[in-house]
Amino acid sequence: MGISCVKRDYLYRLAKEGKRPDGRAFDEYRPIEIERGIINMAEGSAKVKIGNTTVIAGIKMGIGEPYPDTPEQGAMSTAAELIPLASPDFESGPPRADAIELSRVVDRGIRESGFIQLDKLCIEPGEKVWIVFIDIHILDYDGNLFDACSLAASAALMNAKIPNERFELGEDAPMPLDDPPISCTFVKYNGVIVVDPLLDEDEVAEARYTVAIDKNGDIRAMQKGLSGSFTVEEIKNSINNARVISKSIRKLLEG
Amino acid sequence: MERKIVIPGTLLGKTDGSKQGRGTFREGENIYSSRLGIAEEKSGYVNVIPLSGVYDPVVGDAVIGVIEEASKMSWMVDIMAPYPAMLRVEEVPWRVEFGETSRFLKTGEVVVVNVLSVNEAKNIEVSMRDKHCRKVEDGVIVKIQPSKVPRVIGKNGSMVSLLRQHTGCWIFIGQNGRIWIKGKDDKMTILIDAIKKIEKEAHTTGLTDKISKFLGDENKSKGD
Amino acid sequence: MELIKDGKRLDGRAPDELRPIKIEAGPLSRADGSCYLEWGGNKVMAAVYGPKEAVPRHIQDSSKAVINAKYNMAAFSVDDRKRPGPDRRSREISKIASEALENVILTEMFPRAMIDVCIEVLDAEAGTRCAGITAAAVALADAGIPMRDIPVACAAGKVDGVVVLDLVGEEDKKGDADLPVAIAPRNEDILLLQMDGHMTPAEFDEALELALKGCREISELQKEALLKKYKTTEGE
Repeated sequence: MGISCVKRDYLYRLAKEGKRPDGRAFDEYRPIEIERGIINMAEGSAKVKIGNTTVIAGIKMGIGEPYPDTPEQGAMSTAAELIPLASPDFESGPPRADAIELSRVVDRGIRESGFIQLDKLCIEPGEKVWIVFIDIHILDYDGNLFDACSLAASAALMNAKIPNERFELGEDAPMPLDDPPISCTFVKYNGVIVVDPLLDEDEVAEARYTVAIDKNGDIRAMQKGLSGSFTVEEIKNSINNARVISKSIRKLLEG
Repeated sequence: MERKIVIPGTLLGKTDGSKQGRGTFREGENIYSSRLGIAEEKSGYVNVIPLSGVYDPVVGDAVIGVIEEASKMSWMVDIMAPYPAMLRVEEVPWRVEFGETSRFLKTGEVVVVNVLSVNEAKNIEVSMRDKHCRKVEDGVIVKIQPSKVPRVIGKNGSMVSLLRQHTGCWIFIGQNGRIWIKGKDDKMTILIDAIKKIEKEAHTTGLTDKISKFLGDENKSKGD
Repeated sequence: MELIKDGKRLDGRAPDELRPIKIEAGPLSRADGSCYLEWGGNKVMAAVYGPKEAVPRHIQDSSKAVINAKYNMAAFSVDDRKRPGPDRRSREISKIASEALENVILTEMFPRAMIDVCIEVLDAEAGTRCAGITAAAVALADAGIPMRDIPVACAAGKVDGVVVLDLVGEEDKKGDADLPVAIAPRNEDILLLQMDGHMTPAEFDEALELALKGCREISELQKEALLKKYKTTEGE
């Protein structure tokens, strides 16, 4: 069921007064917690909490054929599951469009930032390469899945290992990585733009914007979602905000 | 019997000594708890007051509902029960023509209603004809677990009076766990925090004192 | 490979010893009831939503609530990554879990309604269905679902000819028999019973008794977890 009129009116009124329902500033994140290496069976794993939003990412490594146009590069695949556990609005069944969009946006941030050094994942050129499976399970949905999933995926990759021993290819080695992307998501409602939407804000959001920033403050990926619109200035401001905000999140991730 | 926390399957008493009350079931001559809750004895009945669970509609309850759907001659209202409740056009204070229901109440709008009837098949009907029933068009709705409502009201209304006194806010408590509040923004924030605190600590004792202290501290720190 | 040496199993346990178990009631904020459970290397999260109106209409039962348990293993929870989505094994476990839980829930109190029980295995090490049902039972109580009892599950088996309690990975793969059991602990009514392998009737009796013993121990842990959530804090 959607949000009630009373709640929407309340959020809109607060927005006009420069406030948010939980008292945060427009450019403020909720507290972020990162726990690494929590799943024994996975080659890498992490649990991320942003406020009450909780997600777990697990990295599994498999061996397969490379793509024909990149015979000496490993491959990666990202899947986010909106499992019914996490919210009364998530249904079981094949992934719906929102799960697919979430997966692909998280994937794009990691892929375009060159975070995983795919050229170091070749086993036999043209024949065998490592495939990195990033699977993200949402456990508790309280807004802003894009950033929680991106952070969990990055943290999981950072403690992941190449399971050479299990496949009799030598000794285990750490995942070859460069610098992680940091994703910042904004939503717009009643003319204001806020970062890290909590559940109520996600529900009144007219438009959503996610941008992935790399270590140098450059842009690696973007996604605008929902049916509302942004002005050019709003997008540029959001990018500038993201470049500033991402610095402290990066410190937390690399911490 | 002292008040103690019980779980489904806890033995509460025997039928020759006690009568079976709320939140219990009978097996032979034994009375057991069917809920996670607080067991108490009152007038010979053993009851279990649940610590969680959906709203169980009781005829006469004043509740706050959200319109889910407007049909030709009625609306379906979400009152936080397992089933939506029906509000017929005969039960509202306006004259509604056939098919004109959404002119008066739209999906997403919030109303104060009374539970009119609940039949054996759990079909629920509500009514807006009582004096206190109306559309909610301002303020904030705070949602808590229905089982915690008695704590927010308090013995003889002691807790809700405390809340009103310290925050100066107008408070209407729906039996189904939705609470309608109106007041200054900063006071409403304190009130919402206090209500959430009561919900979290509903099972503890000395709660009225704790909340009194909390409200006093909050008011001080916000420079009252 | 010897699975039992000098009376000790691969992980050092005695034949009638359980793996370490940790249970937490109510960790999730959105679900009506929830439970996080660790059992040896197993990590399971269970969440309950309901009772709520059963949809789609055709699954409604006019006399009672429908219990919908869904067991799912996360892609990263096993050795070889599992493709997301239910496979035949998950669907079978979902069915027998629903049936076990339905037995104790006072479903007649909620005609036309449904109760969703989500069991998510995050890390797997043999015995996930028992861990899942045990967690689901706590989540149901946490959600305030009226029940006659809190179900609990545990498996026993046979390894190197010896009947043992709570099989772990290698024992499950290379052992002689596996017997998961779920009961309503008050009367020890059997709610779930499966077996694969080879046992004489006498061995079955021994294994069943061992599984029941395990269930009794774990039932106490479930109770503790629920009471702990509502433990009155200092200075009440």
